[in-house]
Amino acid sequence: MLIRKPDSIPSSEITPESTYVSRRHFVRDLSIGSVGLAASSIARANTLPLDEPLTPERIITSYNNFYEFGTDKGDPVRHAHQLTTAPWKVKVSGEVAKPGEYDYEDLVKGLTPEERIYRFRCVEAWSMVVPWTGIPLKALLQRLEPTGNAKYVEFTTLLRPSEMPGQRSLFTSIDWPYVEGLRLDEAYHPLSIMVVGLYGKLLPKQNGAPWRLIVPWKYGFKSIKSIVQIRFTEKKPKNTWNILAPHEYGFYANVNPAVSHPRWSQASERRLPTTLFNQNRIPTLAFNGYGEEVASLYAGMNLRRNF
Amino acid sequence: MPANARVLKPIVFLTLSLPLGWLAYAIGQEFNEPGIALGADPGEAVVHFLGEWTIRLLLLTLCVSTVRRLIRAPAVIGYRRMIGLFAFSYAVMHMFSYIGFLAGFEWQVIRQDFVERAYITVSLGAVALLIPLALTSTRGWQRRLGRRWRQLHLLVYPAIALALVHLLWLTKDGYAEPLLYCAIFAGLMIERLADWRRRT
Ligand code: HEM
Repeated sequence: MLIRKPDSIPSSEITPESTYVSRRHFVRDLSIGSVGLAASSIARANTLPLDEPLTPERIITSYNNFYEFGTDKGDPVRHAHQLTTAPWKVKVSGEVAKPGEYDYEDLVKGLTPEERIYRFRCVEAWSMVVPWTGIPLKALLQRLEPTGNAKYVEFTTLLRPSEMPGQRSLFTSIDWPYVEGLRLDEAYHPLSIMVVGLYGKLLPKQNGAPWRLIVPWKYGFKSIKSIVQIRFTEKKPKNTWNILAPHEYGFYANVNPAVSHPRWSQASERRLPTTLFNQNRIPTLAFNGYGEEVASLYAGMNLRRNF
Repeated sequence: MPANARVLKPIVFLTLSLPLGWLAYAIGQEFNEPGIALGADPGEAVVHFLGEWTIRLLLLTLCVSTVRRLIRAPAVIGYRRMIGLFAFSYAVMHMFSYIGFLAGFEWQVIRQDFVERAYITVSLGAVALLIPLALTSTRGWQRRLGRRWRQLHLLVYPAIALALVHLLWLTKDGYAEPLLYCAIFAGLMIERLADWRRRT
């Protein structure tokens, strides 16, 4: 089996062999999935900080913010089964040499999925530790050959009210579909991945099947789910929460304990699972603990203004 | 106390206690297996559950005099104090569930939330306005304050208005429920205005 470790990940953050072996089953599960990823081509680059245990799968798959299915954390697991994820077409457009409509399978074919264990920090001040399976975003995007004008990349979630009750609601203030964006250098960072699996299985629908973004140093809302459109742009794209409440949610949304949000202090977070008598509150780290890897992307920028 | 009230009062009391009974049961379950009854974030679940029942019972308290007027049932007023005190108790438990189960008794976090989170600051105002109402809810205080008792208890309106602001501000999307509560409040206020105009 091909095993690859990105250079940027310190070896102290690599999961011990025992954890790795115990999760081998995911190879089998993924290869029988609709993606048809070859079992022999899955690389591993575990980034588990050794003192932070994984959040149980049951919690990661039943406590979700995916407003397309409703605003309650339990709504996605209740309603997402209605979603059809095959076939899954993805439109590629903008400043790119290979625009067009692709099958999702064709876009991931031949790229090597890796297991990445990342902290996941929601702007609502809770967090998890999640074993994702994903492909480096850079490899995927470069395959589409962005032109020299491309400075940003915009992603769009599926708009399908017939299968997404949250989009049908009369009382939603979101202008669907959900959109998000990254600067191209952020998207090309080795930590940015396009996720196709979770806990060694295909990505569950409530977590954003068939594929979603994960940008671990940013608040969770940047990591857009169930993507159907990728557009390369010269100008900064809009992002849904920023449109809705610009003084609360910025474009960058880097995890930053020093910049408080009007609804939640960002200085600390509750690491799930919590119990009634133990909130498991831990200090929040700048860039969600990935500062060593990503801080240079923002050198010279005022992160208080560009929140 | 009329005979049917002697039977009905305990029934109303038990009914209003049912949510608490469920909550006690769910918390008991949590001791057996965390997450089984209250989900991945039990603290948040308890805060939400008690918050929902607080606003429902506050609005139910306002319904009492409206029902009395609309169906000419003077006896219902005898239940208002109990419902109001239940609403107040749920509000206090909701607040303490936030302090204990969400903020984990971390005073640094709580102090900061009290002053920096506008939706929490207004909710403190709501509870503060309810305190004198709960304290003066007894028959003795009603007698002692006379006409002023009625005036004092008009504070329930700004209290509920602040609670609704709390709810609207903490909502990020999915406005169906908060707007439903606002609509009920507006309906009850309109009925009062109409009644007031009839009488003057
Ligand atoms: C009359 C007083 C109050 C009423 C009627 C009320 C009502 C509510 C309601 C309906 C919710 C939403 C539950 C849900 O989304 O399912 C809520 C949430 C909440 N309330 Fe209150 N509340 C009151 C007072 C307070 C006070 C005094 C505090 C704290 C000091 C407080 C803290 C909270 C918190 C932290 C949340 C959760 C916010 C979130 O999840 O983002 N509330 N309240």
